[in-house]
Amino acid sequence: MTAPAALQRRLTHLRQLEAESIHILREVAAEFDRPVMLYSIGKDSSVMVRLAEKAFAPGPLPFPLLHIDTTWKFRAMIDFRDRFVKERGHELRVHTNTAAIAEGINPFDHGSNKYTQVMKTHALLDALRAGGYDAAFGGARRDEERSRAKERIYSFRDRFGQWDPKSQRPELWSLYNGKIKKGESIRAFPLSNWTELDVWQYVWLENIPIVPLYFAAPRPVVERDGALIMVDDERMRLGPGETPRTEVVRFRTLGCYPLSGAVRSEATTLPAIIREMLLATHSERQGRLIDHDEEGSMEQKKREGYF
Amino acid sequence: MRELEDAELARTDIEGYLRRHEHKELLRLVVIGSVDDGKSTLIGRLLHDAHGIYEDQLSAVQRASSKGATRGEGSEAAIDFSLLTDGLRAEREQGITIDVAYRYFSTARRKFIIADTPGHLQYTRNMATGASTANVAIILIDARLGVLAQTRRHAYIASLLGIPHLCACVNKMDLVGWDQAVFQRIADELGAFAGKLGIPDVRCLPISALRGDHVVDRGDVAPWYTGPTLLEYIEEVPLTGDLNLTDLRFPVQYVIRPSLDYRGFAGQIASGVVRRGDELVALPSGRRSTVTSIDTHDGPLEEAFAPMSVTLRLADAMDISRGDMLVREGARPESSQRLDAMLVWMAERPMDPDKSYLIKHTTRMVRASIERVVGIVDPDTLQPVPAPRLGLNDIGRVELRCHQPLFFDAYRRNRGTGAFILIDSLSNDTVAAGMIQAGTSAATGADAGPARENAPQVSAAERRARLGQSGAVVTIGGSDGASARERAFLIERVLFDAGLVAAVVPEVGAAAVAAAGVIALVVVPRPALALDGAAVTSASDDHEAAARAVLAALGAAGRTS
Repeated sequence: MTAPAALQRRLTHLRQLEAESIHILREVAAEFDRPVMLYSIGKDSSVMVRLAEKAFAPGPLPFPLLHIDTTWKFRAMIDFRDRFVKERGHELRVHTNTAAIAEGINPFDHGSNKYTQVMKTHALLDALRAGGYDAAFGGARRDEERSRAKERIYSFRDRFGQWDPKSQRPELWSLYNGKIKKGESIRAFPLSNWTELDVWQYVWLENIPIVPLYFAAPRPVVERDGALIMVDDERMRLGPGETPRTEVVRFRTLGCYPLSGAVRSEATTLPAIIREMLLATHSERQGRLIDHDEEGSMEQKKREGYF
Repeated sequence: MRELEDAELARTDIEGYLRRHEHKELLRLVVIGSVDDGKSTLIGRLLHDAHGIYEDQLSAVQRASSKGATRGEGSEAAIDFSLLTDGLRAEREQGITIDVAYRYFSTARRKFIIADTPGHLQYTRNMATGASTANVAIILIDARLGVLAQTRRHAYIASLLGIPHLCACVNKMDLVGWDQAVFQRIADELGAFAGKLGIPDVRCLPISALRGDHVVDRGDVAPWYTGPTLLEYIEEVPLTGDLNLTDLRFPVQYVIRPSLDYRGFAGQIASGVVRRGDELVALPSGRRSTVTSIDTHDGPLEEAFAPMSVTLRLADAMDISRGDMLVREGARPESSQRLDAMLVWMAERPMDPDKSYLIKHTTRMVRASIERVVGIVDPDTLQPVPAPRLGLNDIGRVELRCHQPLFFDAYRRNRGTGAFILIDSLSNDTVAAGMIQAGTSAATGADAGPARENAPQVSAAERRARLGQSGAVVTIGGSDGASARERAFLIERVLFDAGLVAAVVPEVGAAAVAAAGVIALVVVPRPALALDGAAVTSASDDHEAAARAVLAALGAAGRTS
């Protein structure tokens, strides 16, 4: 808390968002038996974990972190994840849909829709069921996508993990209804009211570590359907005439490398990234290929149990 | 134009830009209006003209627009802005907004959270939801139609949910030729109605959301209008005073115990200010202790205020858990099992007065029964009409009896401790939103021991009618104990002579005495002169002057009739 804000007894928007997020984190920890925090390694997850550290300091997080690993994440993400949880002393659980991997599911042959459903949605639901988790934190923001704009902070899921947008519980004030029956669960979104700019500003203000892929660097890429795809390992399949070339690029969102589009950029510092974000005319999800499949695709995925 | 300056700063001096945006304030808006008043168009216009929409979202909307999902808003718009906010597929198919959508944009001065709420009569619950956290209500009125029954209902809900600022946008002014007389007639009618509702700050703006006039850009369509544009208004409306910084209310949310040496009570301050060294009372136990530390992850604080999330440590080992509340002695909340409340019924299934519901209030969850439905508010006359129960989207006044006492304030005084939700314990659905009217129910008092199953039959209103006053706690201190006692007895005499019933009582019994309708005078070992925790100004050390000041304060607080 900065001194001038305390003297005026008014919080800046970031401190107010922070206080509200901490309230949500504590509320879930108090009301549920087995909460878990989905950790996707991205900047939003980094902010969410920092807020959780603030909520329960000086104690440890009263829940584990859960990473759904498709095995196609950027190598730099996995390095960052392992170093981060070790340094912070957080408990990490990793879940992979190994059965699907054995069947040969991959992002090249099965299309982003099918692949996401199996490797992310099904894997997530399996992991939540196996862990007996009754509440799962996600780092989603309402400004990301149109169907997210209507999701509650406590998002109720039936026993199959499905979201029904038409029967959402009304959510007033900061009074969240966490009552569920056995087998049902909630997804809790502490960053609901944060925007992309808020998240970046908070990363800057709080000096929060993020994956180096967010910063521009020379990387091997191929151009495919108008997107720059990084060749992160030897599993990357190259089409006829595709030759990786080195370009100075960075990523606005991180996920599975064959499905994440890079942007050409010279931004190597946090303020430079924020500057680029502010002056950009394309929202960040454009780099994420899964939303482009069809109109309302995110809503469809969420109905099925995706975060 | 300010926005361009902001973009220019981002281009040329990004760190300067970040410093500027670090000091933004947060403002929550709710936009409400009847069907086809152009709500979504207005929000789309605000986001677009203030650069809150990204280009690929816009191109997705253009795709959707050309698929044929047209609206009644008129064909002149190149882009159907309403498609930006109508996020769900069902809504796009039906061309209506069926749920509250939240949208975000910011300027250099403020970050805005906009709740877009649907205007159909059956969706009152969504309006209430969007209004529950809002600082400002923007109500849309079609210039051609004027103030409708729906408009009055919307303004009523805004006032019921305690929104301090109401901004009425008279939209589609282009369709009435920017006629000043039309605007003035609507402004006068709405102003008179809002006055009756007791909304403290009301403002009217003539706009055209479709063309963008007076939304972000002024244009030159109405030289007679010299007031602010909508963006200027929401950037400048003062927020100081919206938050209760008087009464400390700290609902304990979570107990942090990483080791035997550390026991911290974590929570978000609902109202008021807490300082290190303050003596606090824990409710319901009534036990007292001193704040030894206000902890945050970023280090300890000397002082914290609403709405900060902090962790308090106390000098004494006390059994405090989630659902308890830490407050200041002399400024306690009301404590009662009986609530007089306004409810907005939100479930398809109507209220069943014979069953019990769960109440979630602050961090406390208790079971409650509906003792009486006083009446349902008629949407046109706004008068209560007797009814056996509330149904979907009804707004009504009820009396509830909780199985455990709650610690609360009147919603008008304190949104954080005056609000609750009702949960159906079978379906687990949130069935109603409640706003405690308070002050009219007889208190059982935190000091009255464990909750009693038999609730009192005499209401505070009845006591007041009998005694001609309502109870209060007056805290009296002095430079030394003897002087303070002398002053207290003198004040008792002056109040008695003025026809009031007052008594000097020990601090521990003060709340119960006040609940009984008597003015409790409490002597404390520190300089103080306060009425229900609020300092009473006394010009001198003179006891007579202090007594007169207390008498005046009681009158001003409405404690005497």
